Amino acid sequence: MNWLLDIIESSIGKKLLMALTGLGFCVFLFGHLAGNLTIYGGKDAFNSYAEHLHSLGPILTVAEIGLLVFAMVHILSGIFLFWGNLKARPQRYVINKSAGGRTIGSRTMPYTGFLVLLFVIFHLMNFHFVDKTNTTIFQIVQNAFSDPIYVGIYVAAMLVVGIHVSHGFWSAFQTLGANHPKYMPLIKGLSICFSLIVGMGFGFLPIYFLFMS
Amino acid sequence: MTQSNGKKNINLTLKVWRQVGPNVKGRLETYQANNISTDMSFLEMLDVVNEELIINHRDPIAFDHDCREGICGMCGAVVNGRAHGPEKGTTLCQLHMRHFSDRDTVVIEPWRSRAFKIIKDLVVDRSALDVIIQAGGYISVSAGGTPDANVIPVPQEAAEKAMDAAACIGCGACVAACPNASAMLFVGAKVSHLALLPQGVPEAARRVLKMVQKMDECGFGNCTNETECEAVCPKEISITNIARLNREYIKAGFL
Ligand code: HEM
Ligand code: FES
Repeated sequence: MNWLLDIIESSIGKKLLMALTGLGFCVFLFGHLAGNLTIYGGKDAFNSYAEHLHSLGPILTVAEIGLLVFAMVHILSGIFLFWGNLKARPQRYVINKSAGGRTIGSRTMPYTGFLVLLFVIFHLMNFHFVDKTNTTIFQIVQNAFSDPIYVGIYVAAMLVVGIHVSHGFWSAFQTLGANHPKYMPLIKGLSICFSLIVGMGFGFLPIYFLFMS
Repeated sequence: MTQSNGKKNINLTLKVWRQVGPNVKGRLETYQANNISTDMSFLEMLDVVNEELIINHRDPIAFDHDCREGICGMCGAVVNGRAHGPEKGTTLCQLHMRHFSDRDTVVIEPWRSRAFKIIKDLVVDRSALDVIIQAGGYISVSAGGTPDANVIPVPQEAAEKAMDAAACIGCGACVAACPNASAMLFVGAKVSHLALLPQGVPEAARRVLKMVQKMDECGFGNCTNETECEAVCPKEISITNIARLNREYIKAGFL
């Protein structure tokens, strides 16, 4: 297994872990959004979706553990990469100007990533680690989003996720070696679309609740 | 200021990084560059400033250069925050003063990276790039004299891509411009131009593993696909070479 450790410890290896786990999260986001859209179908549609999800039992547990492992890997390699990059330029430039390559997304990856982590913890405390006896998930969500402060936090967090993914999505393909003039423009386009879909798709839900209440 | 022959001369304020040696603190110092012809190159402008410094018994600004025609890769500095200055696809020696305006302030700093120690002022030690080449950026067997054409078939597209990658002059601008001081564009170009040609294929796996290992040891940062490198590369080498490096690395590691 030494060969595998050597690869994972290298700069490219850590990037590969980052890319694979990041793309894994993108798939998760897509599924999570599709599920949440049942909210627009009303209380019963959403509750029955949640019920179906939880009736999966062990499969759901495995998926949750998988996500947790992915999160650990993504965060740990991210910290190592960030730390290594700080060390690689001990003396900063007095004047630092972009030559046109960087984007808001690429500039802010470690910071948006950190904010997403804080949000995920907050989010799980809101809707996952709560007492669900004598209530439905729809009610819990409705309650939370009757508070404009919660709505503000969630909308801001979705903006941050969108920014993170706007770079992360195409960057993951580049890291995995998939960059060709034939299809890179398509991937970059998808990256923008995906971040808009995620940002707006999730971001409108709390606003919807606020106006319904 | 217009001279009788119709040529324009400009006056500039320079802020130049001065540092007497590798382990001492440096700082920006201000100089006036007066009556600079816009036909001069950036390095010729520095020559003019240095002549005046020498006449006044002051230490001239140390900077690297050799060919002064964009092919050797010796020159380079960060000018107003941009590696090799504001023009695309040029080395510092090819940058002309006509791209500056009268009374501009020009800040000149050396390449900054842990892997490139400052030797003096704007001169940095880029031998880390040579060390990476020594780790595997070559073909071990003697390839002999010039072979007859088409003895070894090379598809046109592969030849073109290999030539584009081989245009790298090892100036280090990619490292200087990378927000993470990563050398991935350099290593990507070197790995690519050999991996694309039949003579380079037998050693491709060993080469990429060794070169990446050495790159990490030298203290370069990690690529986060900021794409600043390809924007400043004087030879406009594309980050598709970094993707190829990643592919070669995956192939070598897992297949
Ligand atoms: C919804 C959750 C998340 C998604 C969908 C996501 C997605 C991605 C993707 C696709 C990448 C690109 C990988 C590459 O460049 O090869 C990435 C990179 C990164 N992520 Fe995340 N991520 C998420 C959460 C987080 C969290 C919680 C953190 C940190 C606490 C984080 C920190 C980073 C960092 C530091 C990078 C590397 C930046 C770079 O290489 O430029 N991410 N992420
Ligand atoms: S001096 Fe040779 S490339 Fe500039």
